Amino acid sequence: MNEKKSFSYLASHYRSSFRWIATIFLIILVLFAVALSIRFGASDLTYKGIWDALFHYDETNSAHVILHELRLPRAIAGLLVGAALAVSGAIMQGVTRNALAEPSILGVTAGAGFMLSIAYAVTKAPDFSTLVLFSFIGAGAGAALVFTLTAIGKGGITPVKLALAGSAITAMLSALSTTIGLKYDVAKDISFWYAGGLSSIQPIHVQVAVPFIVAGLLLAFFLSKSISVMSLGEEVAKGLGQRTTLIRILCTIVVLLLTGAAVSIAGIIGFVGLVVPHIVRAIVGVDYRWIIPVSAIVGGCLLLFADILGRIIMSPFETPVGAITAIIGVPFFLYLARKDGRGL
Amino acid sequence: MQNSLRKHSSRFYFYLVACLVLLVVAMFISVNTGYIQISFFSFLQTMVGLGNPEDAMTIFDFRMPRITMAILVGMGIAVSGAILQSISSNPLADPGILGINSGAGFAIVLYTFFFQSFVATNSVFFVFLKPVVALFGALLAAFLIYTLAYRKGRIAPTRMLLIGIGINAAFSAGITIFQLRMEPVDFTRTLVWLSGSIYATSWTFVLALLPWLLILLPIAFYKSRTLDIISLNEMSAIGVGINVNKERKWLLILAVLLAGSCVAVGGGLTFLGLIAPHIARRLVGRSHMRVLPLSALIGALLVVASDTIARIVIAPAELPVGVILSIVGAPYFIYLLLKTRN
Repeated sequence: MNEKKSFSYLASHYRSSFRWIATIFLIILVLFAVALSIRFGASDLTYKGIWDALFHYDETNSAHVILHELRLPRAIAGLLVGAALAVSGAIMQGVTRNALAEPSILGVTAGAGFMLSIAYAVTKAPDFSTLVLFSFIGAGAGAALVFTLTAIGKGGITPVKLALAGSAITAMLSALSTTIGLKYDVAKDISFWYAGGLSSIQPIHVQVAVPFIVAGLLLAFFLSKSISVMSLGEEVAKGLGQRTTLIRILCTIVVLLLTGAAVSIAGIIGFVGLVVPHIVRAIVGVDYRWIIPVSAIVGGCLLLFADILGRIIMSPFETPVGAITAIIGVPFFLYLARKDGRGL
Repeated sequence: MQNSLRKHSSRFYFYLVACLVLLVVAMFISVNTGYIQISFFSFLQTMVGLGNPEDAMTIFDFRMPRITMAILVGMGIAVSGAILQSISSNPLADPGILGINSGAGFAIVLYTFFFQSFVATNSVFFVFLKPVVALFGALLAAFLIYTLAYRKGRIAPTRMLLIGIGINAAFSAGITIFQLRMEPVDFTRTLVWLSGSIYATSWTFVLALLPWLLILLPIAFYKSRTLDIISLNEMSAIGVGINVNKERKWLLILAVLLAGSCVAVGGGLTFLGLIAPHIARRLVGRSHMRVLPLSALIGALLVVASDTIARIVIAPAELPVGVILSIVGAPYFIYLLLKTRN
């Protein structure tokens, strides 16, 4: 007994130092991804040039302008969108205890995309803050639809059924968006959101969306302890004195902030929120105080590398990053589907 | 028992005739709907060969092939859906949802991508080879779905669908990646075709699809007894001397061939293979001798009607038919999903 106890102490000790090492490694990896993302492109910049552009900015130097107007916003957007989607997925998986939960599978991103097309139809050339606002509303509507369905199918609704319902909602909303796009002659703008990409990021997008994503990530971090308790199940959480309804509402708000902001800058990007939390859980264990921050790092990393890959494989054309994340994410999804969504 | 059978069969003929009448009405409306208005009188004149050449061209070269294509694709996909639902005892199966359509689509995109430099993409040779290519993609998708969904000796319906959705996402991403490298003309054509549109069709396309359906549909109808027994339950099927696994495999291939050939020329229509057999079963019960022909007719009717609606709602622009079918089909899918037990 005693021996076992000391063993488990050793294991947890080992685990905690392993977590730190893994986290430091991941932070280095994400910095590397940012550097690569800034450097790589139609006109290759040197690292020295990047350094100069950052600290001795010269408006007449075209390389410096490219960096400030294109590369830097793109790298920051990739990092933040990846982090936002991964953390949303982690929260949804923890709170609903559903291994297949993820903003794009459950129709939250499709809701945001649908409202974006309405924004385009109503205002023709909406400014970016309008788009962000509509995106939040849409994400909320998508989430509300999913929760209503959960309530209707009470008891009988399994992770698999919820995922199926989510994909049907996605199909319907994208059909409606196509209709709106063709009717109001904004199909081209809308198809950009549906493809999901970082290629036309502008500095203004980053400026507007950053506060929301940072706020969402901080809130998620503060909620992480409660999410750990929630992931043990409703009854246990209540028994441990958690105000489960309040936590659920707060978590929903965080997911809406993160997903809404992410969709408004980068369109619909699937599978990041599904894959990342599962990988992270394998590295750091079941504690959401670790899962949430590490998911943010890994999510940013994954999206940056996917974006770089998208610039390479069909160069000079850019492949939408959503297609790359789908290729990476599907094998994972299939594995979870084979287990009927019981991966937690 | 005898009585109820007779009742079912008289009902069957009633609905069969009703569907045929509705189909003729829908065709008639469809021929007269569109950007160029043709009055009833000049329509009749044109049909007997006395109309002006513009009307004749509009009707015979644009609207007629389109309607014919709608009917063929509707029949093929509806019957394919009915077979899939029966052999996998899965009321929610549909070639579109399961990713069989996008598998075929991926094969076609690869084919266009690699052969665009050798052959003009609208030449007769290219069009006639299309269904053959699509079949490989469709078969690959079906093979992946069945192997991945098979676990502990059975294929759970919801798991099969989820796997299908994953396969669908993978093939769609593959399509996106290769689409970018195509010539702009091919790109647009592929995009239109993928979203399930039949508006750019011509008699060549109709002729490319027709032989497949002329062979495959009769085989499907001929197999309806076997389908009855398989969908009953495995034990009784073995009892009457049917090799269930072998029959199921052949029927699956049949369903995939039907869906694949339709997708190759008509584009991917999701939810059609789900809705049509469900309506048919509601009307005439479970016997496949009645369900299959009625599904085919309902499928044709649905596509012709949706295509007409697609031309009206945002006129003078047009919607892809697939969009209309998704808007109607998705809520129905969710309704069925919430109703089924695991």
